[in-house]
Amino acid sequence: MKFPDFVVVALGLVLAFAVTGAAGAEEKPETGTDEKGRIETGINEYSNLPDRPHMVSAFTLKELSTTADHSKFKELQGPFNSGPEVTKACLGCHNKAGQQLRDNVHWTWEYTHPVTGQKLGKERLINNFCTNARGNEGMCAQCHAGFGRSSPNYDLDKVENLDCLACHESTGTYYKLPPTRGNEACAVMFEGKKPIQWAKVAQSVRMPGRNNCGMCHFYGGGGDNVKHGDLSSVLFDPPKDVDVHMSRDGANLVCIDCHVGSGHKWAGSRYNMTVGDSGKRPAGAPRTKATCASCHTDSPHSLTSITGIKLNGHVDKVACESCHIPAFARGGVATKIFWDWRTAGRLKDGKGFREEGYIQGNGKPRHTYKSIKGSFKYGENIRPVYRWFNGVMRYTTIDTKIDPTKPVQINYFSGSYDDPKSRIYPFKKMRTFQPYDKGYNTLVYMHLWGDDKDAFWGNYDFARAIARGMKDNGIPYSGQYGFVETWSWWPINHMVAPKEKAVQCEECHTRENGRLEGLDGFYMPGRDRWWWLDLLGWLAIFGAIALVIVHTIARIVMKNAYGASPEGKE
Amino acid sequence: MPLRKKRKDDGKICAHVVIYTRYERFWHWTQAALIFTLAFTGLNIHGAYHVMSMETAVVTHDIAATLLVLLWIFTTFWNFTTGNWRQFLPFLQVHPEDGRFVTGLKIFLNRLWAVIRYYAWGILRGEPHPHKKTLQRKQNPLQALAYLTFMIVIGPALWISGIFYILYDLWNDFAGSQMLFQATVFVHTAAAFAMVAFVIIHVYMTTTGKTPLHYIKGMITGVEEVELSEIEREYLETHMPDMLKDENASC
Repeated sequence: MKFPDFVVVALGLVLAFAVTGAAGAEEKPETGTDEKGRIETGINEYSNLPDRPHMVSAFTLKELSTTADHSKFKELQGPFNSGPEVTKACLGCHNKAGQQLRDNVHWTWEYTHPVTGQKLGKERLINNFCTNARGNEGMCAQCHAGFGRSSPNYDLDKVENLDCLACHESTGTYYKLPPTRGNEACAVMFEGKKPIQWAKVAQSVRMPGRNNCGMCHFYGGGGDNVKHGDLSSVLFDPPKDVDVHMSRDGANLVCIDCHVGSGHKWAGSRYNMTVGDSGKRPAGAPRTKATCASCHTDSPHSLTSITGIKLNGHVDKVACESCHIPAFARGGVATKIFWDWRTAGRLKDGKGFREEGYIQGNGKPRHTYKSIKGSFKYGENIRPVYRWFNGVMRYTTIDTKIDPTKPVQINYFSGSYDDPKSRIYPFKKMRTFQPYDKGYNTLVYMHLWGDDKDAFWGNYDFARAIARGMKDNGIPYSGQYGFVETWSWWPINHMVAPKEKAVQCEECHTRENGRLEGLDGFYMPGRDRWWWLDLLGWLAIFGAIALVIVHTIARIVMKNAYGASPEGKE
Repeated sequence: MPLRKKRKDDGKICAHVVIYTRYERFWHWTQAALIFTLAFTGLNIHGAYHVMSMETAVVTHDIAATLLVLLWIFTTFWNFTTGNWRQFLPFLQVHPEDGRFVTGLKIFLNRLWAVIRYYAWGILRGEPHPHKKTLQRKQNPLQALAYLTFMIVIGPALWISGIFYILYDLWNDFAGSQMLFQATVFVHTAAAFAMVAFVIIHVYMTTTGKTPLHYIKGMITGVEEVELSEIEREYLETHMPDMLKDENASC
């Protein structure tokens, strides 16, 4: 009996899936302490992603203009044995790319704010998630656009270390190992990864797709949607309700369709945001800003309906995102909203452990405790916090004196009704208790990652981790640490809902529990009033009604008493 | 027209006359419907209750307001071309013998007091209304004063602030515009409360006629009992026979 070819192929595929599926099930760790006593590491949540063929097929607007098939280039036939070898091949033709990326923040991890002059970037900042990348590059630089960044002393001029593939490969099979070993127990996390087929991934390059950007930006903070709240793995293939732009049932756009740019510089900085863009540009000029208005203009609503005209009138004060992203962390993937480092370091039988106390919308459990990080709280479908914002983000850095009696603003910003450049903007607010220097009142760098006695991820000793983190970077440390509450503010820009799901008027224009409760400097109909004017007004109205009632009763009583109507008396 | 003339002592007769013309009635009832709509949607926008969505309330409010402003433009035109505007002058038919304003004011205040006293007391004792409707004076002095207030204070406060309010997006881009906006909102809200109180009293006053529905009927049909002089009667009979319905009324 002879089977047609396609039946054989189909059977083969079914078998293959069954086997890999079963293998996958075996690999899946149980909840609680790992059987082998492995210590849970930071970003294992995405070290085990399956291949993502459906995520890499999406076209981009720029893709349409391509004139080259890289798989045919002899330079890319290999063999390659490492990333830098591929990069050399790339730079052999793209001979300006190295210089373009030399100053790109994805490579430098350094940024000087053009307005405030503050020195920012991942290499310097302290956040209220894993706290600091500086000194922990061995783990964090998996998301660096280069190879082998293992410490702050990284040669930024050695452009052959640029990682072209992270952003341009399209097979979905590429990954990057941590540049250095962590604590002994941490090293097992990438077991089972198939070796990278360098030539294959090198030939697959094209303009960045959502899997390229998403592999880091959807997992910021050490896991799916942990950090931003509006950037999660749901955006690899979102339903229209979650993201009308990125859904294949919607515009099917990818990241770079909005984050436009050329010469390896593109729009969309969170340090210096473009707020209140009019979208105006010379006829025929390309878009240069990652703003709503750059496509939708600053009068995006109907000009022929009262509602549309009124909504257009809001654009000068309200960011598009405030109404069109009714909630973040939608689509089944939660975001972290609270992190408590104070509980980190608890052990069971002398070993670190973790707990999964939160089941998110898509059914997957999330960790609510990890010995290496502490306790977490999650949220989904969260209503943003709204603030006046002019786009300039300022930071509490390692050298900022803090007041530990109050929550420390990791980042902060200004804006007001009176500032024409400000808009009402939606934010995710992240709350954390994290270590600080009790003596000098500064935040601290922690030494989390490393195959040594001081690394917190392995030894669970804040005192040593902080002392080492500060010493390595030459920062004065009093030797005394405490925990301080910190807040950080994450502008919400993604997960734009279909217009039918936009925030309704009365969600802000309402007296009680409105979205814009607490925003001041302006009168908002439906929310605000002069209480004494209302009091006088209602007194007038109810006074009139009372008069009517009294007069009516008097007329009836007197009519009965006199037994005559006015006309009868004439 | 076979009429039995019922002459009174002063030679005047009492007749059923169409004193509210068709346009006047159209104005009144359209205005009534629009003001009710505006008050209802306006209080919803103000946050006093949440019967409809903010969007529905605002859109309805804007449409009704635009229609009302149009109606008022027409009516102002109508009032001046027909001379009806005089009906709202409080001093109408006040003719002081010495020609002095103060004397005229006294006469007016006396008449006004008579009406106030009537509504506060006389009506309860079955006294007749001190004001007799005439063609020149369709409203009693209190009524005229109230309508004048409506037309030159409450109304303009509402429509002027309302126009500022509705066009807010066109002028809000200068420093300090928020102050002007808040003044706009304040005036609009205050005048709206005054309007609602006015309407409540106004509607109640319609029940003080011969029967509770007498005045309302008059505002629908336009017909009221009016004292006519012989000249007026003849003028109406000759030039506007349709207006003169019946001369057998009791004023």
